[in-house]
Amino acid sequence: MSEPFTVLQLASEASARAEPDKGTLRFLTCGSVDDGKSTLIGRLLYDSKRLFDDQIVALEKDSKKFGTAGDAMDFALLVDGLEAEREQGITIDVAYRFFATDRRRFIVADTPGHEQYTRNMATGASTADLAVLLIDARKGILSQTRRHATIAALLGIRHVVLAINKIDLVEFDRTVYERIVAAFDEDAGHYGFASRVAIPLSARFGDNVSFQSERMPWYRGPTLIEHLETVDLAPELAPSRPFRFPVQWVNRPDLSFRGYAGTVAEGEVSVGDEIVVARSGHAARVARIVTHDGDRESAAAEDAVTLTLDREIDVSRGDILAPATARPEVSDQVAAHLIWMAEEPMLPGRPYLMKIGTRVVGAAVSELKHRLEIETMKPLAAKTLALNDIGFANLSLAEPVAFDAYEENRTTGAFILIDRFTNQTVAAGMIRFGLRRATNIHRQALTVDKASRALAKSQKPAILWFTGLSGAGKSTIADLVEQKLNLLGRHTYLLDGDNVRHGLNRDLGFTDADRVENIRRVAETAKLFVDAGLIVLVSFISPFRSERRLARDLVEAGEFIEVFVDTPLEVAEARDAKGLYRKAREGKIRNFTGIDSPYEAPEAPEIHLRTTETDAQSMADGIVAYLQTRGYLGG
Amino acid sequence: MTSALPLHLRRLEAESIFILREVVATFENPVMLYSIGKDSSVMLHLAMKAFFPARPPFPLLHVDTTWKFREMIAFRDETAARLGLDLKVHTNQQGAAAGVNPFDHGSSNYTQIMKTEALKQALDAGGYDAAFGGARRDEEKSRAKERIFSFRSAHHGWDPKNQRPELWSLYNTRIAKGETIRVFPLSNWTELDIWEYILAEAIPIVPLYLAADRPVVRRGGQLIMADDARMRLLPGEVPEMKRVRFRTLGCYPLTAAVESDAASVEEIVHETFSVTTSERQGRLIDHDESGSMEKKKREGYF
Repeated sequence: MSEPFTVLQLASEASARAEPDKGTLRFLTCGSVDDGKSTLIGRLLYDSKRLFDDQIVALEKDSKKFGTAGDAMDFALLVDGLEAEREQGITIDVAYRFFATDRRRFIVADTPGHEQYTRNMATGASTADLAVLLIDARKGILSQTRRHATIAALLGIRHVVLAINKIDLVEFDRTVYERIVAAFDEDAGHYGFASRVAIPLSARFGDNVSFQSERMPWYRGPTLIEHLETVDLAPELAPSRPFRFPVQWVNRPDLSFRGYAGTVAEGEVSVGDEIVVARSGHAARVARIVTHDGDRESAAAEDAVTLTLDREIDVSRGDILAPATARPEVSDQVAAHLIWMAEEPMLPGRPYLMKIGTRVVGAAVSELKHRLEIETMKPLAAKTLALNDIGFANLSLAEPVAFDAYEENRTTGAFILIDRFTNQTVAAGMIRFGLRRATNIHRQALTVDKASRALAKSQKPAILWFTGLSGAGKSTIADLVEQKLNLLGRHTYLLDGDNVRHGLNRDLGFTDADRVENIRRVAETAKLFVDAGLIVLVSFISPFRSERRLARDLVEAGEFIEVFVDTPLEVAEARDAKGLYRKAREGKIRNFTGIDSPYEAPEAPEIHLRTTETDAQSMADGIVAYLQTRGYLGG
Repeated sequence: MTSALPLHLRRLEAESIFILREVVATFENPVMLYSIGKDSSVMLHLAMKAFFPARPPFPLLHVDTTWKFREMIAFRDETAARLGLDLKVHTNQQGAAAGVNPFDHGSSNYTQIMKTEALKQALDAGGYDAAFGGARRDEEKSRAKERIFSFRSAHHGWDPKNQRPELWSLYNTRIAKGETIRVFPLSNWTELDIWEYILAEAIPIVPLYLAADRPVVRRGGQLIMADDARMRLLPGEVPEMKRVRFRTLGCYPLTAAVESDAASVEEIVHETFSVTTSERQGRLIDHDESGSMEKKKREGYF
């Protein structure tokens, strides 16, 4: 074997050499399961002499125990670090590996091929500059190959290497190689990679990995390592991009210093430059660029610095500082690609948290435009996104945020969605563009407003939201409360689950997606009635915490009173006034709350009614008293 | 000046600073696990940079097993005093009272009681919701799989099969009450990066990293230093002076030295290019059995 690697040059020596500092290349290996990703990385580490003797000894030992390569060393065992991975011979989670040649340093993300771990592949892709897409020469392009190519492209990776692996198992056949390349290129238009290099190789034996294979004289292109060492990543970075600085932390050690700490996401900034806070438009000049190593005159992309401004303006974590002349977009409606990463499906209307840059805001999918079918690369109509689905959607945010299109800026155009209750990261998102609707549909300022309408009725409007199992007694109690309020001369309206389904929501069924939409419409309607000055009684099973939270967030603090009608399932089922539990148990009704669909009890309801302890009349009186003591019923 | 750093170190530095700031901006009560070693020294140096002109707004926590090298303890106290930082030291008192030591209790039990348990005690007592650690992904296979923001259950457990996806630099810092996050700002650094950075930034380190004549015994192919009178010598063992240094520092009876003439950081950088064994070779606890690091980590080891 030739010796393409020498040990890395010392930093001081490297700077003395003519070659410019190429920095670090971050790439990932991806592709379908068993295509040899881990083996390839093991091979790269081995060939680059970055394996230590004790690691090689351990590898020889492990190869005998778990190995799938016969007597030879099984390089995959070098990187599959988790016990479950070694036992099952698969990669579950992304692993990061480090090696270097005399020309460049590399950080490799080795990502899993199994479809169920696709989210871990996306994790690896989000920080990579280049993707090495492995393809088993015997199998050609599989749907998982397409999925990974699609995700890599969506995440903004512009350079792809087709590593056509296990070429030894097809007798180094040129036509196999050419067929696979042609098949990939048919889809290439969908991906839009800036460069595509195809290399026939054998990770197990090393052909065309770090030395030119003598067994494929027909291939004259670079070896994998030659290509990785020389690929030019950033020709498009030449034109200067506008300055972007997401404020991460406000540094106030004492009254005399107020600095904005953050990492420059794009562009450059110098002392004296005029900047604006993107969201508010407030302007100031950069007074100092502070670092521990002394003040600087300017800072550029990837520099972690602290800026001070020449005047006091309102700046906090989550703001983006930008030049006044080239501001990011600001909107509360965006269109974005989503990669769904949770077992729980995405439901339009359900409130999530969006983390974008250093900012966190409430967000919901207002409209799912399509789901991408990987097999055909076609957009299909869809109501939800399941684990590992890729979709394109409009999102509606609780407040306007500043952003750029992801294509323009991977830092200010990317976001994650977080479940509000489990705190899991449920999606990765890439903004395509802002929807101008929010800025163009100006709210009409009306003379008569909620306060004056409420005043005319001498009451404080609110929503009484009754939640509980079917048959818990919600409607009975709500009805009693409304009667009592009527006698007191209060203005009310009762929205009942069953009744609304006959009209406004008659197009909706009982799937999770439809339940969410059902509640969203009811909550919006209740909000209009609150605006009209009414006390609104809503009687809905509303089984999901997130939707009740959505309803709560629609109105002002103090206007949402959650009433938990707490009846144990056995009791509600024993009553079974409508005979629904029996039908559900017989399987005649599907998705029935409490039987085959969950009910998430409120954690901190304003009013908690234990129906097995008190009668309906006294509970209704209790609610009226609650309203009276808190001033909802006026004088 | 930072701009004198080579590009790859500048990027690593900026990435680590971003991580440090993100924790301070989003957690109530963070703490930095300070192990006195080279990685901790780099992490601390980065923290001094990240929050300048403020001091790092969190305390340092050292879990003292009582079996650390004496020079480490001296260096620890001197560092905290020099930088004006709040240093908290915790020892598992029940373990110490029971006389738990690496000789009688086996390295595995000893580590569990004096390190892992002690750490959990200290984290619970301080009510910390985030803890920085200096671990790097290149150290060990299961660490290569770990997130930068690594979620821990209320019982400090790590579930390697169910880690949060970690995309871009959008770290999900949300946790429920009682849960914690361990944060590894040096995840993407290699051993060589650490040494090059120590050299470039002139970061003080414990002198044990530099070659000197020290009293050692050869045991099971490893060189163990007799740091104090508690060292139990086996029949026939006589400590002899050898020119050695340490690539990694822990409890002295469980940390092997390497023979070396590298007496300056420059020489260490040169040596690190050409070594043929991994640094954790000198950590005796890693060799208990294959996959033993993953097991320790699931139980709460850092």
